Amino acid sequence: MQFLSYFINGISLGSIYAIIALGYTMVYGIAKMLNFAHGDIIMVGGYIIYVAVATLGLAPLPSIVIAVVLCTLLGILVEKVAYKPLRNAGSSLAVLITAIGVSYLLQNAALLIFGSSTKAFTSVVTVPAIHLFDGQVVISGEVVVTVITCFIIMGALVLFINKTKAGQAMLAVSEDKGAAQLMGINVNATISLTFAIGSGLAAIAGALLCSAYPTLTPYTGSMPGIKAFVAAVFGGIGSVPGALIGGIILGIIEILSKAYISSKLSDAIVFGILIVVLLVKPTGILGKNIQEKV
Amino acid sequence: MELLEVKDLTIIFGGLHAVDGFHLSIKKGQLYGLIGPNGAGKTTVFNMLTGVYRPTEGKIFLDGKDITGKKTVEINQAGIARTFQNIRLFKKLSVLDNVKVGLHNQYHYSTLASILRLPSYFKVEEQMNQKALELLKVFDLDQDADTTAENLPYGKQRKLEIARALATGPKLLLLDEPAAGMNPNETLELMKTIRFVRDTFDMTILLIEHDMKLVSGICEELTVLNFGKVLAQGKTADVLNNPEVIKAYLGE
Amino acid sequence: MKKLLKMSKTSKQNYITYAMVLVVALIAGVMDATGNMSSLMSGLLVPVCAYVILAVALNLCVGILGELSIGHAGFMCVGAFVSAFFSKLMASTIPVAWIRFTLALILGVGFSALIGFLIGLPVLRLKGDYLAIVTLAFGEIIKNVAAVLYVGRDSKGLHFSLQDTMSLGLEKDGEVIIKGAQGITGTPNDSNFVIGVILVLVTLIIVNNLVNSRDGRAIMAIRDNLIAAESVGINITKYKLIAFSISAALSGIAGVLYAHNLNTLMSTSKNFGYNMSIMILVYVVLGGIGNIRGSVFAAALLVILPELLRFLNDYRMLIYAVILIVVMLFNWAPSALAFREKVKAKWKKTPDSTKKEVA
Repeated sequence: MQFLSYFINGISLGSIYAIIALGYTMVYGIAKMLNFAHGDIIMVGGYIIYVAVATLGLAPLPSIVIAVVLCTLLGILVEKVAYKPLRNAGSSLAVLITAIGVSYLLQNAALLIFGSSTKAFTSVVTVPAIHLFDGQVVISGEVVVTVITCFIIMGALVLFINKTKAGQAMLAVSEDKGAAQLMGINVNATISLTFAIGSGLAAIAGALLCSAYPTLTPYTGSMPGIKAFVAAVFGGIGSVPGALIGGIILGIIEILSKAYISSKLSDAIVFGILIVVLLVKPTGILGKNIQEKV
Repeated sequence: MELLEVKDLTIIFGGLHAVDGFHLSIKKGQLYGLIGPNGAGKTTVFNMLTGVYRPTEGKIFLDGKDITGKKTVEINQAGIARTFQNIRLFKKLSVLDNVKVGLHNQYHYSTLASILRLPSYFKVEEQMNQKALELLKVFDLDQDADTTAENLPYGKQRKLEIARALATGPKLLLLDEPAAGMNPNETLELMKTIRFVRDTFDMTILLIEHDMKLVSGICEELTVLNFGKVLAQGKTADVLNNPEVIKAYLGE
Repeated sequence: MKKLLKMSKTSKQNYITYAMVLVVALIAGVMDATGNMSSLMSGLLVPVCAYVILAVALNLCVGILGELSIGHAGFMCVGAFVSAFFSKLMASTIPVAWIRFTLALILGVGFSALIGFLIGLPVLRLKGDYLAIVTLAFGEIIKNVAAVLYVGRDSKGLHFSLQDTMSLGLEKDGEVIIKGAQGITGTPNDSNFVIGVILVLVTLIIVNNLVNSRDGRAIMAIRDNLIAAESVGINITKYKLIAFSISAALSGIAGVLYAHNLNTLMSTSKNFGYNMSIMILVYVVLGGIGNIRGSVFAAALLVILPELLRFLNDYRMLIYAVILIVVMLFNWAPSALAFREKVKAKWKKTPDSTKKEVA
C-alpha cells in the first residue's frame, strides 16, 4: 500500500519534470541550445502567482493565467535580447554561457525584489484528495491535478505539432533550419514561438511545483530545472514523448529511492541511472542516432 | 607483386547494395584511377578500404595481409593513408603541425618528457620539424609552415591534406577527388605533384577523380564503378574507349 | 631558421604569461603584506589561485580537447576531500607542514586523476551535449556522496559509512574524521598564497608544455577533426583519456589548495556542485576557449569582481549577471563583431586588421 502511494507521488513529481522537460526538449530541438535559464522561468512563474494570490488577492486560476502570459512574454524577450544575436556565433558555448548569465540575472532580480527568505506558497489546487482502500492510500488534490494537467498538455502539444501549420514549421526548423527557411518558413517566428510555449509551460510547472512543495525562494527553479533537463536527455532530447517518459521515470526513481534507499543519496541515484542509460543508449530512450558522413 | 588485392567487396546499407562484388588489384608503384558517375559508390569503397565502414562481404589484402574489418587507426598503421573529398584538415593547427600530426606514429617520446621538457623532447621535435618541412617543400608549402591551416587557400589545403597523409609513411595513398574545386592551372600542377610523389617516394596511388584530363593524364589503369558494380577495368585508354563506359557517363 | 623562430614564438608567449602571473602575484602579495588590502580581498588570494588552476584545467578539457565538461567541480571535490582527509589523519604523525602538504597534494592529485580516468573511460565516447550532461551527472554524484560520507578512525583502523556517525561503530577512543554534511573540520592550514602562486605556475607549465608537444598535437587534432585524426593513425580513446585525466588531475590541485585554506571543508552545491562547474566554464569562455592565458586572468578577475562591485551592495550580483550577458554578446554576436571591425577600421584606416591569436 505504501509502495503504491510512493509510486503515485513519483508519477506526480515526474509529471512536473515532464512539463519542464518539454520546454528544454523543444528549445534544444529547434535552437540546438541548452537553455540553462529555463528552470528560473519556473521560479518567476511561482513568484508571479504568489504576488497575485497573496498580495493582490486574486483567485488561483486568473493568477495562473497571468503567470503564463507574463512568463511567455519573458521567454520571448529573453530569446530576442540574449539568444538571437548569438544564433550564428562561432561557438555554441557562447549562447550557453549567455543562458547562464540570464539564469543569474533572474535569480538575483528575484533576490532583490523578494529577498532570500522562503515564501510560503498557498496551493493553487482546490480539488479534494481522493481516499482509496479505506484511506490507506491518500492521493492529494495536487497530485490529481498535476498528473491530469501533464497528460492534457502532452496531448495538446502532440496535436499542435502534428496537426497545425506552426507545429509542422517547428518540426521543419528542428530538422534543418536552412532548408526550412528556403521553403518559406519564418525561422525567427518559429523559434520565438518555441520559447513562448516552453516558457508558458514553465509557468504552469511553477504553479504545480510550488503547490506540491509549498516553498518559494529565488533558487526554487534551479534544481528541478536541471533534473528536468536530465529527464529530457533521459528520454531522448528533442523528442516530446521522450520528455514525458523521461520525466515520469525520473520522478518515480527519485521518490522510490528517497523512500527505500536513502533520502540524502536520491540525487546521486537519479544521476547514476541517467549515466547508465546514456552509456547503454547514448542518445536516450527515444533519441535518434545521427552519424557523421565521411 | 600485388600491393592491394580486393575481392568481392560488398556493403549493404539497409537493404541497398551500395557496393556489390567490387574487386581490384593494384601493383606496387602503380597510379590507379577509380572513376564513375556520382553516387556510384567510389567514396564508399574508400571508406571500406580505410575501415570507416565494415564491409558486409569480401576481403581486402594489403601486401598479402588481410586487413578486412580492421579499425581505421590499425589500417593507417598497416600502410594506407587517405585524403577526403570534403577537406578535413586540423584547421586550427598550423600547416607544420598538421604534417607533424601525420608523423605522430613514427616519432616517439613520452608524455612526461614533453611536460618536463626532457632532452628527448627537443631532439625528437627537431627531427619532426625537419621531416615535416621536407614534406612541405615537396608541395611548395614550406613558406606557409606557420600559417593556420584554415587560412590557406583552397588549392593549398588540398595539397596539405596529401602531405599529411604522406607523413604517416604509407605504402598506399588514397586520394579522394584531389582536383575538386581547382582551376585548370592548379590541376596541371597537381598532376605533376602526384607523379612526383609516386616517383620520389616510390608510392602506390589510388585516386578517385572526375576530371578526365587528370585521369587520362596520369592514371595507368582504371576501374569504372556504376551503381555499385564494376563496369570496366583495365588500361586507361581501353577503359575510356569502352562503349559501356561512355554510355554510363553520357547516358543513352 | 623559420622553425626555430616559431618555436621561440610560442615559448615566448608562454614565458610572458608566467611573468605576468608573477608580477600580478607580487603586487598582490606586497599589497597584502603592507596592509593595503581589505581583509576580504586578502582572504580571496588563495581561492583565486585555486579557481585559476581549475579554469586552466577546464580549458584543457574544453578548449584543447574540445569536449564540454560541466563536472569539473567534482574533480576538485575529490582532490579536496582526499587531501584534507590525509592531512587531518596525519596531522600529528607528520608534523612538518610542507612534507605533509606535498604528500597530500600527490595523493589528492592522484585520486582526481584516477577518478577522471575511470569516468573518462566510458564517457568520452559520448558526443557534445551528451558528454556535458554525463559529466554534470558525475559531478553531482561526487558532490552528493562526499556530503553523506562518514569516515572514522579508532584503534582497529578506518571505518566508512554512508549513513551516520553511529553506523561507523567506532571504539571509545575513536575519532570521526569526515562527518557527512559537516565535512572535515580542523584540516591543518598548510596552504598559503605563495604555494598557491607556485601551483598556478606549475599548472600553467604542465598545460602549455603538453599543448606544444606530440601528445598535445594529437589531442588538438582530435578536437579539430576526429575522422581525419583517426585516418592518420591517432588513437582517439588514448589521447582523449590522457587529456581528460590530466585535466581532472589539475582540478585536483585546485581542490587540495582550496581544502588546505579552510578550517572546515564541506561538500555543498555552492562549492562543488554543477553551479561551480558552470561558473568555471564561464571563466573559460570569457577568457577565450583554448586561450590558456585568458583563462588565468578571466578567472582571477571574475572571482574578485563581486568584491570589486561590493559598493553596489545588493545590486552587485545583478550587475555581475548583466556584465556577463553584455560581454558575451559583445564578444560573440556576429553583428557585434562586424560592428567592432567597422570601428577598428575607421580608427586605423587600414582594412587589414584581422589578426587573431590563440595561445
